Amino acid sequence: MTSAIETKNLSISYGKNLIIHELDLKIPKGEITVFIGANGCGKSTLLRSIARLLKPTSGTVILEGKAIAKLSTKEVAKQMAILPQSPSAPEGLTVLQLVKQGRYPHQTWLRQWSEEDEKKVNNALKATRLEELKEKPVDALSGGQRQRAWIAMTLAQDTDILLLDEPTTYLDLTHQIEILDLLFELNEKEKRTVVMVLHDLNLACRYAHHIVAIKNQKVFAQGKPEHVINRSLVKAVFDMDCEVTPDPLFGTPLCIPYGKGRCILKEVVISHG
Amino acid sequence: MLLKRTSYKWIGLFVTFLLMIGFMCASVIFGYADTTWRTAIDSFTHYNGSNEHVIIQKVRIPRALIAAAVGASLAIAGVLMQTLTKNPLASPGIFGINAGAGFAVVVAMTIFSVHNMQSFNILAFLGAAFAVISVYIMGSFGREGLTPMKLTLAGAAISAMFASFTQGLLVLDEALLDQVLFWLAGSVAGRNLETLISVIPYMTIAWLGSIFISGKMNIFAMGEDVAKGLGLNTGFIKIAIGILVILLAGSSVAVAGPIGFVGIIVPHLARAIVGMDHRWVIPMAGVLGAILLLAADIAARYIVMPSEVPVGVMTAAIGTPFFIYIARRGFNAR
Amino acid sequence: MSKYKNLRLFNGKMSLLIDRKAAFIYTTLAIIAFVVFVISTGLGEMKINPLTVVKVLLGLGPEMETLVITSFRLPRIIVALTVGISLAIAGAILQGLVRNPLASPEVLGISGGAAVAVVGFMSIFSDQNHSLTVSIAWLPLAAFIGASVMGVLVYFLSWKNGVPPIRLVLIGIGISALMQAFTTFLMVTGPIYQASQANIWITGSVYGSNWTNVAILVPGAVILIILAILATRQLNVQELGDDVATGLGDNVQKHRFLLLMLSTALIGISVAFAGTIGFVGLMAPHMARRLVGSSFEALIPTSAFIGGILVMLADLIGRTAFSPLEVPAGVFTAGIGAPYFIYLLFKTRNS
Repeated sequence: MTSAIETKNLSISYGKNLIIHELDLKIPKGEITVFIGANGCGKSTLLRSIARLLKPTSGTVILEGKAIAKLSTKEVAKQMAILPQSPSAPEGLTVLQLVKQGRYPHQTWLRQWSEEDEKKVNNALKATRLEELKEKPVDALSGGQRQRAWIAMTLAQDTDILLLDEPTTYLDLTHQIEILDLLFELNEKEKRTVVMVLHDLNLACRYAHHIVAIKNQKVFAQGKPEHVINRSLVKAVFDMDCEVTPDPLFGTPLCIPYGKGRCILKEVVISHG
Repeated sequence: MLLKRTSYKWIGLFVTFLLMIGFMCASVIFGYADTTWRTAIDSFTHYNGSNEHVIIQKVRIPRALIAAAVGASLAIAGVLMQTLTKNPLASPGIFGINAGAGFAVVVAMTIFSVHNMQSFNILAFLGAAFAVISVYIMGSFGREGLTPMKLTLAGAAISAMFASFTQGLLVLDEALLDQVLFWLAGSVAGRNLETLISVIPYMTIAWLGSIFISGKMNIFAMGEDVAKGLGLNTGFIKIAIGILVILLAGSSVAVAGPIGFVGIIVPHLARAIVGMDHRWVIPMAGVLGAILLLAADIAARYIVMPSEVPVGVMTAAIGTPFFIYIARRGFNAR
Repeated sequence: MSKYKNLRLFNGKMSLLIDRKAAFIYTTLAIIAFVVFVISTGLGEMKINPLTVVKVLLGLGPEMETLVITSFRLPRIIVALTVGISLAIAGAILQGLVRNPLASPEVLGISGGAAVAVVGFMSIFSDQNHSLTVSIAWLPLAAFIGASVMGVLVYFLSWKNGVPPIRLVLIGIGISALMQAFTTFLMVTGPIYQASQANIWITGSVYGSNWTNVAILVPGAVILIILAILATRQLNVQELGDDVATGLGDNVQKHRFLLLMLSTALIGISVAFAGTIGFVGLMAPHMARRLVGSSFEALIPTSAFIGGILVMLADLIGRTAFSPLEVPAGVFTAGIGAPYFIYLLFKTRNS
């Protein structure tokens, strides 16, 4: 399995606080990788550093074999697209105008709307099912539609790698599934590498081919969710006691926390998973 | 917070109050014609019509009293505005209130040829009120409603607008410009005691009012929703703060012209000394504000002796580096 | 899609997407601007009908009218138009950089810097008789230098690992207040005649414009406007936020600096020849956004023409409505600003 992105000895700090310490990671090509961890463990920071939005204190990020620090930001943009947390569009900007921006790294001041640009934008709108809505202002859309518009922009950027920082936070469950299904499809059909930060462990297990748990400024564990996620990991990373059982629809690990709540079982059934 | 225990805070407040009295005395004594403490006391007990006594009674003492009153009012107005708008760099100047009151006063002098003290004040209040409402409304346009950024920008726009109108009036009348120019720079010099006496009722009401709602302001500062959840009538508080700010800033402008930066700096200093509790911050800010303006006024007498720098320029010169420092340090602009 | 027109030339080496509706709007505005130009040239103490004005512009007009128009009116109105366009574009750029439609040139203290330079110039270069020892032709240069220095200063004071918009705005406002204090100080310590002159300049007026002014202003403005148009893509991408813009491959900090300097230069030359005419930089882009949206391809031409129309109208009112008094245009741009915002308030009161 070749890696799309690699980090070597990566350390990142905010002022005096060390967030990530000498972290080595290989992100597999053509798969969906999800970072999980407790609040504030540094998973967003790690993603942003990989996306070159943050300069690491030491260590390197390697993109397709080349050190990212040595590449121009435009070159990076042709290979990797990032959707940050809670992006905001100026008032009145239409979906089409937003998606068009995705072509920025491929354009010059003379060539602002080539046939290639037009094709990619149309494909992006089709993939995200936004063709009917392309003239609507982005701020007039529902949460799920708006997020699809931003994803369409990153699709128009036409990169092999897609990074998303908490793309489903603040969305209700329907829209969360809508977005994750879309990303899953894109990965299946077009073999794009997807790397995202998710805070919902169960959704992460369902959609990720490769899961990376961050704790104590390092990678605590990584691998296929069904190989990695178990009671002791969840206890170690999230400090939570839970039952891990196969999801009844997908078979992937489903984490059910212990605690309070109405227990209406006649007997408590425990499986050894 | 420098003074953590309540007993320390009481002592701190008391000491600062004494310091203020000290500065008031210094203001009476120092200047182009230096005088002595003895002479000052004599001017009360054995007034003999000499030059020195006249200066003390008619010039220095009013000036010291005005500086103290205006400094205190502007500082308290700053605290109120910073809490209301959740913007640590808010002040009557930044939000166009000084400009609005200033414009109203210039209009009073030109168009209405008003020289009646009371009408002067009422007009200053109206100008301040108009500015407050305009900024509030303008800052509410658009999607996210009222944010610190939008309030700041709206304040700048309204401030510029009133400044334009004021300049326009002054262009039409050169003689008026002469009259008004020094006043527009903001100064506590050359004012008479009557002016101060006419606004003191409003200032006093506002000072007492601010202390009265200081407890409620602590709750308000936790955020609109949290405060409502705790049973605070946020609408009432917002209107009350608005009225108090109008009284404080309007009176100050009516007496001394537009003086900026006091309202920005002093709340920060007060908070650094006594913490975030408004019941302490407001009185401390009042006293510190008086000291700041008194000190600036004394300095203003020495820098280009024998002439004087208007105190508004001094506060701008002192205040700007401080302002930049806070802006660079960053803050949680919610 | 007939809403758009693909413009592709030279076998695809040059391509552009044109929004038809927006193009219609700014072309209409251009025509309105021309009409205002012609009518404004015709109005004044001597009323000249529009048809004659057009004839004069084509070089075919009667002698008397040609003299009045070319000596007095044309330079002034050309300056008004150019300044309006420049300030509007500068405002649009600033609003894009700060990502807030309430941003304006006044907020960054640039006009304040120019004002200090002008008043300083008048105080330094005068003798006991209060007349200028140096030719007044140097005044615009002083203003431009003042504006530029202020723009750079505000930028660098805001710089700490980058320039977040809110810090830029706050420091601009702080510096602006300081500049205002200095200006008033200089005006107070100088003779009243000087203060009066300075005050007129500060309020913003195109009175006394001559062909020399035009010869310097117009080419300079044209170059800067072309640069602004070339920067359209960078402006569009900056509006999406630093993270998204970096992700799309934009060199955010470098472009922010250059765009800020471009905006400063536009404001600087406007202020040099017309004083600090306020609100155009705030209103014109704001109105333009409501007409054509936030994309800079349409925003720049639309704001430009609205700005030009605003300043020409303000100047027209200022010199005719209070005849024989001349009220500086700056008073009326502020005067139009107030009702505009009240109107906006009215429209958005339900949201």
